[in-house]
Amino acid sequence: MKADDSGLAARGYLYYPGCSLRATGVAYEESLLTLFRLLGLPLRELEDWNCCGATSYMSIDEGAAALLSARVLSLARQQGAEDLLAPCSACYLALRKTQDSVHRYPRVQQEVEESLARAGLTLLNSTRIRHPLEVLYTDVGLPAIHTKTVRRWRGGQVACYYGCQLVRPYEGVDKAQNPTRMEELLQQVGVPVVDYALKTKCCGGSLTGTLSEVGLRLNYILLKEAARKGAEAIVTVCPLCQFNLDAYQRDIRQQSGERFDIPILYFTQVLGWALGGGVRELGLHRAVSGRNLIKRWFQAHEPVEAYV
Amino acid sequence: MSEHKSDIRTGVYVCHCGTNIASVVDVREAARHAASLPGVEISREYKYLCSEPGQALIRQDILERGLNRIVVAACSPHLHEETFRTAAAAAQLNPFHVQMINIREHNSWVHEDKARASRKAEKLIRAAVRRVAHHKPLERVRVPINPAVLVVGGGIAGIHAALTVANAGRQVYLVEREPSIGGHMAMFDKTFPTLDCAACILTPKMSAVKAHPNIKLWTHSDVTDVQGYVGNYRVKVTRWPRMVREELCSGCLECVAACVFKEAKVPDEFNFGLSKRKPIYIPFPQAVPQVPLIDMENCIQFRTGKCKKACAQACGDRKAIDFQQGEEIKEVDVGTIIVATGSKTFDAERAAYYGYGTYPNVYTSLEIERLVNACGPTAGRVVLRNGETPKSVAIIHCVGSRDENTNRWCSRVCCMYSLKLAHLLKEHTGAEVFNFYIDMRTPGKGFEEFYQKLLNEGVHFVRGRVAEVTEWALDQSEEGKLVLRVEDTLLGLVRRIPVDMVVLSVGMEPHADASEVRRLFNITCSSEGFFLERHPKLAPVNTFTDGIFLAGSCQGPKDIPDTVAQAGAAAAEALALIGAGYMEQEPNAAYVVEDHCSGCGACSALCPYSAITLDAGARRSSIHPVLCKGCGTCVAACPSGAIRQNLFEDEQIFEEITGVLTHG
Repeated sequence: MKADDSGLAARGYLYYPGCSLRATGVAYEESLLTLFRLLGLPLRELEDWNCCGATSYMSIDEGAAALLSARVLSLARQQGAEDLLAPCSACYLALRKTQDSVHRYPRVQQEVEESLARAGLTLLNSTRIRHPLEVLYTDVGLPAIHTKTVRRWRGGQVACYYGCQLVRPYEGVDKAQNPTRMEELLQQVGVPVVDYALKTKCCGGSLTGTLSEVGLRLNYILLKEAARKGAEAIVTVCPLCQFNLDAYQRDIRQQSGERFDIPILYFTQVLGWALGGGVRELGLHRAVSGRNLIKRWFQAHEPVEAYV
Repeated sequence: MSEHKSDIRTGVYVCHCGTNIASVVDVREAARHAASLPGVEISREYKYLCSEPGQALIRQDILERGLNRIVVAACSPHLHEETFRTAAAAAQLNPFHVQMINIREHNSWVHEDKARASRKAEKLIRAAVRRVAHHKPLERVRVPINPAVLVVGGGIAGIHAALTVANAGRQVYLVEREPSIGGHMAMFDKTFPTLDCAACILTPKMSAVKAHPNIKLWTHSDVTDVQGYVGNYRVKVTRWPRMVREELCSGCLECVAACVFKEAKVPDEFNFGLSKRKPIYIPFPQAVPQVPLIDMENCIQFRTGKCKKACAQACGDRKAIDFQQGEEIKEVDVGTIIVATGSKTFDAERAAYYGYGTYPNVYTSLEIERLVNACGPTAGRVVLRNGETPKSVAIIHCVGSRDENTNRWCSRVCCMYSLKLAHLLKEHTGAEVFNFYIDMRTPGKGFEEFYQKLLNEGVHFVRGRVAEVTEWALDQSEEGKLVLRVEDTLLGLVRRIPVDMVVLSVGMEPHADASEVRRLFNITCSSEGFFLERHPKLAPVNTFTDGIFLAGSCQGPKDIPDTVAQAGAAAAEALALIGAGYMEQEPNAAYVVEDHCSGCGACSALCPYSAITLDAGARRSSIHPVLCKGCGTCVAACPSGAIRQNLFEDEQIFEEITGVLTHG
C-alpha cells in the first residue's frame, strides 16, 4: 500500500447507515461496504445510532427532529470521529440542516444542548458530515479509482441522477445546479454517461405513497427522459430515489400506458463491480426492475458468481 | 494653555433639525448644560440653525457679544461645516474657530433611548467646548488647477464628457482600453424607446472625438499610474502595441484583405464569437481610430516567425506595419480626471438553470443585439445556430439582477431593452415572442408608452421568474424545442412553454478589475463594486477624492440618456474647477516641529501622498502643505513626537477626550 493510502486507511470512516440502508436500500449498504473494502478503506458503523429525523419528522416538529440528528452528531464525536459518512441523502440533509440551525440560531443551540445534556451527551458541532460520493471524489480521487479498476464495462449507457436533497441547499458534495462528480467517477471506470437534464429534479419523495398520482407522474418524467436520451439504466446516489424509480415501474405503466423496464442502480454498485465486487455482495440481485438487463450486464463476464 | 483660556468666549448652538434631533435628544437641556460650562458666553437651541435666520443669529452673537469660539451641535460636518464656517467668517471670526459635532447621524438617528441619547449629546458638547478653546487661527491653502482633463474610458460616457470639455476649449486626454472607442453602445442596433439607430447617433460623436483639435485619443491603452492631487495629477498611460503604427496608417485596410489567412478563423470578440475575423483586423467597420491591429496569439508571424508577411507587403511604402512595435508610455499632467470605465454584462453561465453554454440556442441579449444589427455577423438576419429562422422566442428578464444568488440590484435597463428586442425580433422574424418578467420597470421619458405599444403589437407577457430552460420533452409538441418552466403568477399556474430561441436579458455588473481601477484612482466603491459617488443625491458625479469625477455605468447601472446626462455633469464639474483656476484646501495638514525632528526618515517612508521630504544634510523632514491630505499617519509614526497636525493637535484631542469622560 502506498504511503498516502495508509493514512486514509488508518483513519477510516465512521459510517451512519440510517434506516433506509437497513430496509429498502439494503443493496446500497451492501455495495457501499464492498466498494470501500475493495478500496482498502473499511467502514466502521456508528454505535447506538438512531433515526435522523428526516423529512417527515422535520416538517412536523423541527425541534425534535433536530435533536435526533444532534444525538447522531454527538455520538460520532464521542466515538472519536471528525468525519461522519452519511450515505442516505435524507440523513445527509437532516444532519447538515441541524448543524446549520445550531450554528445559526442560539435558541436552537441552547435547546439542543440542554436536551443532550439530560442524556449525558455534549454537542460538538464540528463533526464533518460527508457523503460517499464526495469522499470518493476528493479523498480517494479519480486516479485511484481508475488504477483500481479490474473489470471492463460491458453494459450500456447510463443516466446519472442525484435527486434533490444531496446538492441543495448545501453545497459541498457537488455543484448545486449541475452536479457532475458521479459522471466523472463512472467515466473513470469506463461507463458511458448521457447528458441528463433532470439529474436534480424531484423523484416524488414520499408522494408515491401518499399522493401516488403525482408521485408516479414525477417518476414517469424521470424514466421517460432517461430513455429518450438513450440511457439504458439510471444510476442514483439516494435510497429513496432508487426505491421510487425501481419499485413503481409497473404502476407507472398502468398510469401512463408506456412500458418501462429500466434498471435503477446505485453508483456504489457500478463502481464496486468495476473494482471487482461480486453480484451478491453488491446487492445487484435485489433489483425489482430491469432484471434481465442486469443479468446481462453483470453476469455474462462473471461466471464465477452465482446469480439468482 | 490656561493663560490664554481666560479670554475664551464660546457660543454653543444646539440645532433641533425640525424633529430629526429634537424628537430624541433633549435639546433644551443640552443647551442649558452647555451654558454652565467654563468659557461659554452664550448657549442657544434653534429649530434650523442652517437656515439664514439661524446663521444670522450666530453672526450677530459674534459681533455683539464678542464671541471668539463657536460650537455647533447639529448634523454631520460633511453637510454643514462649511455653512457655519462661512457664517463665522462673515462676522470676522476665523472659520477654524468653529467646531461642529454631529448629534444627528451619530446620535438621534441611531439611538432610541432618549435619556441616554441626551446625555451623549451633552458629553459631545462638553468635549467640543473644551477642544475649541485650543483651536488656532488657520488659513486655507490655494491649489492651482491644471486645465487639462483626463477621461478614462471611451464609451458613450467618456465620449460625451471628452467632447463637452474639449468644446469648452480645454485639452482632453481620452484613454480607451479596447482598440476602438464606442463601448457597448457601438454594439447596439436600435436604442429604446425611440428606436433610433444606435450607430447613426453614436458614430458622428466618435468621429468628432477623432477630429477634435483639443482631444488626444489613445486607444488600446491603459492608465497605469496616477500620482499627485487635485489640480495637479501626473498620469502614466501605457499604449499597448497594435503592431500597426497609428501615425503611418491610412485606414485603407489593404493589409486585412491581404492577410495570408484567406478565411477568417478567429472568433470575433466584438460579435461574441458569432462571426470570425482574421489575425489582423479592425473590431467593427465604424471603429475609431480606423487602424487595424494584429492579434499576436493567432498571427503566424508571431507564432512561427515564418509568415510571408503579406500584410506588410500590401501596406507597401507606408510601412505602417511594425512587427517590432513595443509598448509606449505617455506621461501627462492633468488637473482633473473623469472616470468613465463602464460595466460588463452578467456572465450568463452563472445562472446554470437557463442553459447558456449548454443549449446552443440560448443567447444573451448582447448577442441578439449583434444578430439584429445590419452590420452584425448575419447582416441583420436573426437565425438559430442551424441557420433556421426561429418561430418562437422567449426573453427572460432579470438574469443576474434582483437575485439573492447572483446580483441583488436591479440593472435598470433590462426591461426596456427586452421590450426593444421583443419588437425587433418580431419585426425581423415574425416569431411569437414571450417576455418573462418579475415586474415591468419602465420609469423614463416615453418608456411606459413604449411598453403599451409592445402590448398592442401582440407580444406575450408572462409575469413570473422562469425556473429553468430545459430540453426534456413531455410530448411530441416539445420535441426539439427549448422548454421554459415558469410559474405564471397572474394565472396561478405552472406552465411549460416550448420555444425555438431563448434570450437572456443579462444585467450589468462591475468590471472584473474594478477594484484595481478603484485603487489606481484612489476612489471608493460600494459593496457590489460600483464606484461610489460622494453623495447619492447632491454630489452624484463627485468622488471622495477631489478632482476625480464619475460618469456612466461604472457608478451604477444606467441607460444611455442617464449616462450622457451624467457625463455632461462630470464635465461641468471639471470645467467649474478649471474655471475657478484654483481650489481651496482644508488646512488640516501635518507640520514638523523642527527642533524636535531627528531626521530619522520614518515619516517620509510611510507617507501615502509623497508629501514629506527629508533633508539628509540638515537631518530635518518637512511636509508639503498642499500634498499633505491630513491622514495623520506620520503624526502617529514619528518616534520623537515632532510632527503635529492642524485641527488635530494633541491638546485639542486630549481636551476632547477629557470632555467626553468627565462626569457632570
